Amino acid sequence: MLRRVYVWELPVRFYHWLNALVMVALVATGFYIADPLALQSQREATGKFTMGWIRYIHFAAAYLFFFNFLARIYWGFVGNKFANWKQFIPVSGTFFKEMWTVIKMDVLMMKNREHMSIGHNALAGFTYFLTFILFLIQCLTGFGLYAAMSDWWFPQLFAWVPALFGGDILTRQIHHWAMWFFILFVVIHIYLVFYHDYIEGRGEISSMGGGWKFIEEEAFEKEHTHTPNPE
Amino acid sequence: MIHETLPSPPTYYEEVERKGYSRREFMAFVTTMAAFMGLENSAIGQVVHALETKSRVPVIWLHFQECTCCSESFIRSSHPIVADILLDKISLDYTETLMAASGVQAEEAMKHTMEKYRGEYILCVEGSVPTGADGVYCMIGGKTSLQILEEAAAGAKAVIAWGSCASNGCVQAARPNPTNATPIHKLLKGIPLIKVPGCPPIGEVMAGVIVHLVTFGKIPELDRLGRPKAFYSKRVHDSCYRRAYYDAGLFVESFDDENAKKGYCLYKVGCKGPSTYNACGVMRWNGGTSFPIQAGHGCIGCSEENFWDNGRFYERASAFAGFGIEANADTLGKAALAATGVGIAAHAIATNVRKHKLIAGKVQEGKISEKEFES
Repeated sequence: MLRRVYVWELPVRFYHWLNALVMVALVATGFYIADPLALQSQREATGKFTMGWIRYIHFAAAYLFFFNFLARIYWGFVGNKFANWKQFIPVSGTFFKEMWTVIKMDVLMMKNREHMSIGHNALAGFTYFLTFILFLIQCLTGFGLYAAMSDWWFPQLFAWVPALFGGDILTRQIHHWAMWFFILFVVIHIYLVFYHDYIEGRGEISSMGGGWKFIEEEAFEKEHTHTPNPE
Repeated sequence: MIHETLPSPPTYYEEVERKGYSRREFMAFVTTMAAFMGLENSAIGQVVHALETKSRVPVIWLHFQECTCCSESFIRSSHPIVADILLDKISLDYTETLMAASGVQAEEAMKHTMEKYRGEYILCVEGSVPTGADGVYCMIGGKTSLQILEEAAAGAKAVIAWGSCASNGCVQAARPNPTNATPIHKLLKGIPLIKVPGCPPIGEVMAGVIVHLVTFGKIPELDRLGRPKAFYSKRVHDSCYRRAYYDAGLFVESFDDENAKKGYCLYKVGCKGPSTYNACGVMRWNGGTSFPIQAGHGCIGCSEENFWDNGRFYERASAFAGFGIEANADTLGKAALAATGVGIAAHAIATNVRKHKLIAGKVQEGKISEKEFES
């Protein structure tokens, strides 16, 4: 028997898909900004705004990305236990133990047993924590570079970042390097969603649509069912 | 005449007159400087008054590891009064390049200024200070650069770091930095310091900084990196006359193509204008004649810290130190992406092998249910 569990609440799902959308937009426009296409045009430069629009999308998406990220952090304190910050930051021995279990089972494939976590497993949670740090690096360097172009007070909060790296050149490079980790993350993330759906059959892929996962009845009887860093 | 009996040193204006400049020329100079410094029209009177009443500020101008391009730039600033009055005739008590004295007399002159005008003189430093091998790479009169710098800075009112060498080390500090060339802000603490980076800085910018110090008696407003805001708050990109081509997305693809002839944006051939804070696009060089981008060459970012090592001059791609000369972030990224792909394929295969039983069980269960619906 499988039981329906409401794992991902609406704000989490909203965050996930908005994040996916803006991340694709940011990477695509970011690549374009780094190395624009060789456009040919008979029109006067004043009649065209290609690079301008690409950059506009990049900056607009950056704002969405940042505030979406902030909203998710807030939800990490008020959302359900699968959304809680304790899913991401290792503050207990249990967390590390579960991480090791996941490595043995899903990476090294030493065990054949199914793992019982319902929300994020500990390794996934910790990986998301690392991506949050990466988000922060991208926001800091990105808005830092943007600050000089803006009169608004908000980007000015980041103006100290390029100064920290001695100027825009290195800041821009860090921003560019860090972008690659997003690409690698997305590839691995999508693969693992399919992987878990395939071997566990609990509706891993569709869970980010409706929010539900379908968990075996026995799992509710066992003790270590779910969340790392239990209260 | 009472004035002649007084021992006080001449004011700037008196020196201007003595050199044979007319009042009109003097006013033109002040107006030009005020405009460069970003002052309002009403402040012109203030500058005039300051130069008429204030006597010369003594300047000690030290040269360490550098090429003297800063001095060259300064004496070529567009208005002759800059070099003639601020530098040549009035203020310079000691500078290796331009002073008439040499040897013992020169050292005496510096010592004299340091003692007589203690706490009043401005110390200008051109060049970085080598601290490697106890400083033997650059010694003058038997002293290391560091010793000379520290002695001179002790009694200075303010220090100006001319050029990229003094501000951030420039080429001598590029990897592997054999002499351990050090910018002076890392060696001097607790003294007002103005960085005027550039290789060299624009002559008018240098003059503007000095005129500001003389006029207002204090250092100009500085940004986070210690550069005067009046000249370094905007990127070269923001004031570039080719900016419209950038926004339109029209770029020079190679230096000999049609787009280069049309004067398109040099972004794709490595222009560092978008990351470089300087006044080149506004003030230009050689008396406002031109600047690198106008001459068809991208900005190399010479006023930015570590511009020698931060990527190559002729491409946008970020060089990645330590991974070979051809490696850049994107090459590495693609390699990492390929490795990830291979890893995923291997993992997928391993999953089907190692977890065969588990998967087979699921498939079996699914098929049984399917059958039940059929019947």
